[in-house]
Amino acid sequence: MFAIRYSAVLVLVVAAAVGFFVWKTNAPTNPFAFKLGLDLSGGTHLVYSADTSKVPPAQVADDMAALQQVIERRVNAFGVGEPVVQTQQGGALGNGAYRLIVELPGVTDVNRAIAMIGQTPTLEFKLVKPGFEASTTLADGSVNPDAFQDTGLTGTYLSSAALQFGNGSSAMASNPVVEVTFNSQGTQLFSSITDQNVGRELGIFLDGKLLSAPVIQEKIDTGNAIISGNFTAQQAKDLATNLSLGALPVPITLASTQTIGATLGDEAAHAGVLAGLIGFLALSIFMIFWYRLPGVVSVVSLGIYVALMLALFKLVPVVLTAAGIAGFILSVGLAVDANVLIAERMKEELIAGRDASHAIREGFSRAWNAIRDSNIAHIIAAVILFWFGTSLIKGFALVFGLGVIISMLSAITISRTFLLALGVSASSRVGRFLMRSGFNL
Amino acid sequence: MDISKNLKYFFILPAALSVLALLAIGLWGLKPGIDLAGGSLLQVSYTSVATGSGARPDMSAVTGAIAHLGLGEIRVQPTGANGYLLRQRDLSNTEKNTLEQALGTLGTVHEDQFTSVGPILGAELLQKAWIALFLVTLCIILFIAFAFRHVSKPVESWKYGVVAIVTLVHDVLIPTGLFAYLGHVRGAEVESLFIVALLTILGISINDTIVVFDRIRENLGINQDRNRREEFASVVGRSIMQTLARSINTSLTVVIVLLALFFVGPASTHDFSLTLIVGMIAGTYSSIFLAAPLLVAWQQWTAKKVLAHNK
Repeated sequence: MFAIRYSAVLVLVVAAAVGFFVWKTNAPTNPFAFKLGLDLSGGTHLVYSADTSKVPPAQVADDMAALQQVIERRVNAFGVGEPVVQTQQGGALGNGAYRLIVELPGVTDVNRAIAMIGQTPTLEFKLVKPGFEASTTLADGSVNPDAFQDTGLTGTYLSSAALQFGNGSSAMASNPVVEVTFNSQGTQLFSSITDQNVGRELGIFLDGKLLSAPVIQEKIDTGNAIISGNFTAQQAKDLATNLSLGALPVPITLASTQTIGATLGDEAAHAGVLAGLIGFLALSIFMIFWYRLPGVVSVVSLGIYVALMLALFKLVPVVLTAAGIAGFILSVGLAVDANVLIAERMKEELIAGRDASHAIREGFSRAWNAIRDSNIAHIIAAVILFWFGTSLIKGFALVFGLGVIISMLSAITISRTFLLALGVSASSRVGRFLMRSGFNL
Repeated sequence: MDISKNLKYFFILPAALSVLALLAIGLWGLKPGIDLAGGSLLQVSYTSVATGSGARPDMSAVTGAIAHLGLGEIRVQPTGANGYLLRQRDLSNTEKNTLEQALGTLGTVHEDQFTSVGPILGAELLQKAWIALFLVTLCIILFIAFAFRHVSKPVESWKYGVVAIVTLVHDVLIPTGLFAYLGHVRGAEVESLFIVALLTILGISINDTIVVFDRIRENLGINQDRNRREEFASVVGRSIMQTLARSINTSLTVVIVLLALFFVGPASTHDFSLTLIVGMIAGTYSSIFLAAPLLVAWQQWTAKKVLAHNK
């Protein structure tokens, strides 16, 4: 008896500590603050399909990893807090198609986000064929395709790009320009091109458009080139950023967009919390009125269950979505399931004439089979849902599955400890009243 | 209570509801949401209106402003105090901007949310949903067959499995029928969360059925140990009465929290909680008044056949 009471107090102390932790770590700056999904915090969720049809199968995984890196760099340059960039394979079901998922919390200007991610600048250097110097462009202003020959030098060989302002030696004295630095391979290529073609014009193309075609004065082996063209400072800066971030290894197309405004997300989060509180309160009232003492105990252990779950959400961490909150609220309803089973069994044992302590132990051990079976069924559903999931459904399944496991633990161990620790005797009228339930006394 | 006498009355309600649900599904079908069929949804709210005095421009003004954009059929629906929901085919970003510009001519408009799903992504999710539904059902059959492998008299264990599946079909049919009806009267759409709700119902509802079956199993075992002869129907009736409070109360606790979610919870889980509430109630009813009586009916039918054969 003493040992049981001792452990009951210990459980209460630990639960209070967990509750205190949950309560005290809610400031947005705290590393243990709740992580809210895009539907609650507001933000943009983009899904791209990657076209890997032209990539040899063995190289696809590498390319997707490279794609993820490039996009991550781009998104980080965008200055988003905690962006998520993931690659995902559609599996055998989606014909093995590859996906790129980008989540940008707080970003609701999807136009700029899409532009930032989608812009793949292609930078090419092409020599002007001898005799075509005067006719690099056609009458309508477009590039004359016959006038240029490929050199093989492209933006792929860049190591960096930076915004510069003209050094004052020419007419474009203070115009913004972009200085690109080639990597070692690019430097060699550039050096040999300039060496062999002194006196010829080298056209610089951005996204297929001819920017300029300066005359090669001498061999350049420093690995630097200046790209000029009537840029504004902002244009030159954007170009420099885009070039440094690198080209996308595989083409991507936008397959799905989701933007949720911060106000709407905030409303949803508040509604979710309110629904949880009201649900918990209504449930507590029902349990206490119907099951009396075991009801009170189940409400206390339910409170501990909620504290444990919230702490887990913070520690794992679980990203909370509206569906996840729904899953959690559902799991609160299911968590008392075991308590109901046990209380009903205990009542039967008491009717059969056992004393309270025996009835509690018997009730728990005999209810165990049914509790185990039903929880197995829930876990099966949760696992399949998790597998089935888009991020929305995964959030629900994870919370639901965690809830089933934790609630089993809290119902079996915590409720039992408390009931035994209270040590109510069923021999008195009051004791009998407290331990039984319903109206059929 | 001897349920064998009232057997046929128990069947009436679930059978009638199932028929109604089937009719609703057959008649109106289910409207797949944009996450399953592809398409887009734009929610906007107006902070000021160019002409008139309302909180938002008139519906006719909105449909007029967007009619000639060439974006296919656009369904406009008012939402909240000053907002509109627009549903249409999936839009590229430029197309969305065109649409918002057109809406902006009627007042100061703010984009609350926008979702656009390409048709391939939707089809893939739908396919996954079917597989998930199939897998859950399969796992549950296997689980029941395993849990009841030792029970064979007077009803073989596989029959428990079959009856459980019939019950599950009923539990899923009712909310599905309801959504076919809601789709007809107020354009409710079936989204991936609806499928999640169905799968959750499968997991929870099987639970109630298992508890009743479990009690039947236990009572049969006790009778066998004590060498007592008792009609199967009366064992089942006794088991139902013993588990009645438990079955109702465990569902009630879930329904209580779901009602809170339905009435004050976020809009995005509104239909989800409705599906679950209906499924839970159907599941509780069917585990008491469909599953166990079915077992009895089957046992009596088999017994009659054996009797006729022996004559």
